[in-house]
Amino acid sequence: MHADEKFTDATWPASPEKATLEGKNKYLGFWLFLGGETVLFASLFATYLALKDKVPNGEAALAKDLFELPLTFVATMLLLTSSLTSVYAMYHMKNNHFKQMQAWLVITIALGFAFLGLEIYEFNHYVHEFHHTFTSSAFGSAFYTLVGFHGGHVAFGLLWFISLMVRNARRGLNLYNAPKFYIASLYWHFIDVVWVFIFTVVYLMGMVG
Amino acid sequence: MKKRLHKWRLIALLGIVGLVLSGCGEPFVSALKPAGDVAQSQFDLLILSTLIMVLVIIVVIILFVVVILRFRRKKGDETIPKQIEGSHKLEIIWTVIPILLLIVLAVPTVVTTFDLADTKAMDKKDKDGKTKDALVVNVRANLYWWEFEYPDLGVVTSQDLVVPTDQKVYFNLTASDVKHSFWIPAAGGKMDTNTDGVNKFYLEFDSEKAEDSNNIFYGKCAELCGPSHALMDFKVVPKSKSDFEAWAKDMKSVKEPVVEGDVAKQGEAVFNKSCIGCHAVTPNDSRPEAARQAPNLATFGERQRIAGVLDHTEANVKNWIKDPEKYKPGNTMTGTYGELSDSDIDALTAYLLQLKVEEK
Amino acid sequence: MSTYANKKGFGATIWDYLTTVDHKKIAILYLISGGLFFVIGGLEAMFIRIQLAIPNNDFVSAGFYNEILTMHGTTMIFLAAMPLVFALMNAVVPLQIGARDVAFPFLNSLGFWLFFFGGVFLNLSWFLGGAPDAGWTSYASLSLHSAGHGIDFYVLGLQISGFGSLMAGINFLVTIINMRAPGMTYMRMPLFTWSTFVVSALILFAFPPLTVGLVLMMFDRMFGANFFDVAAGGNTIIWEHLFWIFGHPEVYILILPAFGIFSEIFATFSRKRLFGYSSMVFATVLIGFLGFMVWAHHMFTTGLGPIANAIFAVATMAIAVPTGIKIFNWIFTMWGGSVKFTVPMLYAVAFIPTFTMGGVTGIMLASAPADYQYHDSYFVVAHFHYVIVGGVVLGLLAGINFYWPKMFGTLLNEKLGQITFWTFLIGFHLTFFIQHFLGLMGMPRRVFTFLDNQGLNTGNMISTVGAFLMAFGVLVMVINIIITSVKNEKVGNDPWGDGRTLEWSIPSPPPFYNFKQLPLVRGLDAYWVEKMEGKKEMTPAEPLGDIHMPNSSFLPVMIAFGLFVAAFGALYHMDDKSWTLPIIIVGLLITFGSMLIRSVKDDHGFHIHKEDLMDDSDKGGKA
Repeated sequence: MHADEKFTDATWPASPEKATLEGKNKYLGFWLFLGGETVLFASLFATYLALKDKVPNGEAALAKDLFELPLTFVATMLLLTSSLTSVYAMYHMKNNHFKQMQAWLVITIALGFAFLGLEIYEFNHYVHEFHHTFTSSAFGSAFYTLVGFHGGHVAFGLLWFISLMVRNARRGLNLYNAPKFYIASLYWHFIDVVWVFIFTVVYLMGMVG
Repeated sequence: MKKRLHKWRLIALLGIVGLVLSGCGEPFVSALKPAGDVAQSQFDLLILSTLIMVLVIIVVIILFVVVILRFRRKKGDETIPKQIEGSHKLEIIWTVIPILLLIVLAVPTVVTTFDLADTKAMDKKDKDGKTKDALVVNVRANLYWWEFEYPDLGVVTSQDLVVPTDQKVYFNLTASDVKHSFWIPAAGGKMDTNTDGVNKFYLEFDSEKAEDSNNIFYGKCAELCGPSHALMDFKVVPKSKSDFEAWAKDMKSVKEPVVEGDVAKQGEAVFNKSCIGCHAVTPNDSRPEAARQAPNLATFGERQRIAGVLDHTEANVKNWIKDPEKYKPGNTMTGTYGELSDSDIDALTAYLLQLKVEEK
Repeated sequence: MSTYANKKGFGATIWDYLTTVDHKKIAILYLISGGLFFVIGGLEAMFIRIQLAIPNNDFVSAGFYNEILTMHGTTMIFLAAMPLVFALMNAVVPLQIGARDVAFPFLNSLGFWLFFFGGVFLNLSWFLGGAPDAGWTSYASLSLHSAGHGIDFYVLGLQISGFGSLMAGINFLVTIINMRAPGMTYMRMPLFTWSTFVVSALILFAFPPLTVGLVLMMFDRMFGANFFDVAAGGNTIIWEHLFWIFGHPEVYILILPAFGIFSEIFATFSRKRLFGYSSMVFATVLIGFLGFMVWAHHMFTTGLGPIANAIFAVATMAIAVPTGIKIFNWIFTMWGGSVKFTVPMLYAVAFIPTFTMGGVTGIMLASAPADYQYHDSYFVVAHFHYVIVGGVVLGLLAGINFYWPKMFGTLLNEKLGQITFWTFLIGFHLTFFIQHFLGLMGMPRRVFTFLDNQGLNTGNMISTVGAFLMAFGVLVMVINIIITSVKNEKVGNDPWGDGRTLEWSIPSPPPFYNFKQLPLVRGLDAYWVEKMEGKKEMTPAEPLGDIHMPNSSFLPVMIAFGLFVAAFGALYHMDDKSWTLPIIIVGLLITFGSMLIRSVKDDHGFHIHKEDLMDDSDKGGKA
């Protein structure tokens, strides 16, 4: 069974991402990688909590001055929805519906870009309205590092999806690229989960004070 | 019977270990010659854990020796030994016994940990904001010198820490540049001086043990802090309660340094031109910490060492002022006072060596 | 295909190693570069001991000494011990589980090259303005205060090589979970494979905190952030936590593979199965787990308060229990066995009392109030050299002697091996035993000199003499390697004669596909089981068929090299030089470009055909 063999709906396996040994390895390896990523973000969260509102003087903006619910709530909804659309994409991948998968991925990517746009606007707002920058305080450094790391992950995820879609646009699904689509979507879910924590720990808890 | 004999031999051996351990090192600097209750309690833990551990080692060594003597393969021996999976009985034994041994060590460990962290006496203040029944010293570690402030006495000194014997002395520890660690091996374990926050602990200095070491203990920096980390020594001068009070009174009474002789007067002028920006010469330094950028020199003439490490001689004072970088690489004094002529340095030395509080 | 490995020019061999994805060749790469860094780290150690031979010595200056001590620790842990451990894992684990390669051969190669370029980058600091000088722990206040670029080399070099370690960890986990031969259940895995498995999990969870710590340090030093700047609200203790949350598991990452190697050696040369196999597995897992719970015992004097200190003290003591189980199991593996004292076995036997010493001082250190005295004194230096040299290095030397024939097809000389063993062991105890007492007698660690008349002179002199003996032992080992490589007397599948596990059932060195047919595993010590039934080979689990193998690739070198280039740009960025930004961009372009090529270029590998494999077996003992 060659990995780039053509499949019909009837021959397409139920779990194409795990049908080959390479696919199985990728699938497991990526889950493990996400385990490591979890520790990475846990360390960043711990750092953020230790440095939250730690500023050099009384004039610097604190969490409760900065954050506003509407903006971050919209961002959260965008990302949560994109996670859902990527689930639809994977549903079609499992059923060998390449076109539908690509379509749902396009929506996912669009939502991802919208999220990133909001984040850039948000950072810009803090810098110009509150002089809350990466170098202005330990709080600033910790905030931009944590949220920025997440933003970087989002940007990387988008590039990943786009390059996969472009590369495979003409040839459709096979057992060589199915695991690639699958782990990219796993990554996307992970980013989403991290954001839920950021939304809770940074924004909600920040606004409470 | 034989077993009991064995046990006795063991205890004798452990006794020897204890003796050997306590025979080590110079009394003014060795953790093995505890000179106060804190060091003693830590030494007791050391002995307890050593005893337990020597016990373990003996058991391992006996089994080990038996094995490598008894089960060597003879040349040409091709027999296949019986393949044994394991033994639950044995495995339970060597799981349970270590746990019991560890409990024996863990209980005093936890108790001592809490005892040594008890600094509640520092928080009891009278209506003037002074600590009630405890002597408090604020220790501030700097690139390569130590400042000791007695907040309740209003006295600042550096390099030589003066403490009363036979009572708890409480310390507030902090660092002004990088992390250091405050360690007087003979009097007890160390505590870090962090750049963030204040650490608190206490030590005790036993008067009899202090005499054994000629009323001097060595203090060390125990955290890598830069090139001259190894040279960041300080000295501890233990005094009886009454002597200490007299010393404190002397220190407080110094309003301005008084020096005699033309050379020293000339030195004072040099000092006031080149040095006074950083160094104070009276123990009542009321400036904030950040302004106290260099060691207080009020007792310079009485110091145990020059710059913490050099012998207290006139020649060494001159050498030090001429080229501090040579004696303490990376220090913050080098290059801050321009070029001084030899006569300036001679005068300055004469002045500095007259800076005394007690011997007047 | 069968003549593929024969008769190649020098250039072709180099190219082969630059592009290889074969775990056995990657093992050799790790061994050579790890060995090289071990010698460099050893030289640094000799400088340290010469400087401290007598009081007030001026063999090296104070600042230079700090660079040496920092690089000695950093090199030995990250660039010598880690890669040498990886060398043995790569060489042995796929063979032990009956696999033809690791799960991700490409990542395996990438991991090596990241480590290599990271290590080279770190060591280039010697020639580019000075090495890091804040200790291998690089505590935040001092490392921010440190002038020059030394710390930047530390931060970037470790970051790059750290990615490599993380990849190796994931790779071994997936390999062991997914690629075991038929019948190789978890509870039939050799103990070295088990320890690799646990260690890989430790790497996976321990390296990210270091990554974060290094990122924060990099942001502070190079991009104006304030994580550790107290004046701007920062906190230096965060670094200590992040570093030790990584740093403590790291010592188990090093010691557990050594435990695994010794377990193989004890069983092999006692001709007896490992005593208490299941409790050994359990103890390994437990040590790995507890390894994450005890990091703050490195910070007893930081001022965390009595509650934290008491908890971490007791947790630390708990680790003694599984470790003790292991010691007794090893002794009882030999008990009743037929013990043959080959060089690897000598190391294994010497390891027991040596490591016990290191273990018990570990317990002494766990007693927090007593640790206030030991902490950052030479007592600690003695302790961790007893566990790391007495455990890890003895384990690596044993493992290298033991597996040398499997890796290179020839045995190391026993006589020279014994000379190395005795000089190294005696030198080691001479060097480090006395340091326990130096510490207790008031000698702080990391001092570039000590004053006269403090009772420290004799001990330091003894220590230095010991260090020279160790250096002599290592020198003899290098000579041994050269002599035996030149002689190159070929050995068969099972040169020790008592091999128990799968790797001894195939040629030394194995063909690049390892197993012509995957073996059927019928019990613990699979090869031994077959031998005891009078068979010479494993029973195959599959008919002879085509074998799928991965393609070689130069991209791993490119990806790692790109980061190496970008790191130079980042390093000098804070000097406001105009060329730094282009350099960063060029480096990252090389890296991400190579990654993109890897991602869009399909790589299905190739097949070795059944017919070629048959040729092979006809020709017999071809290497």
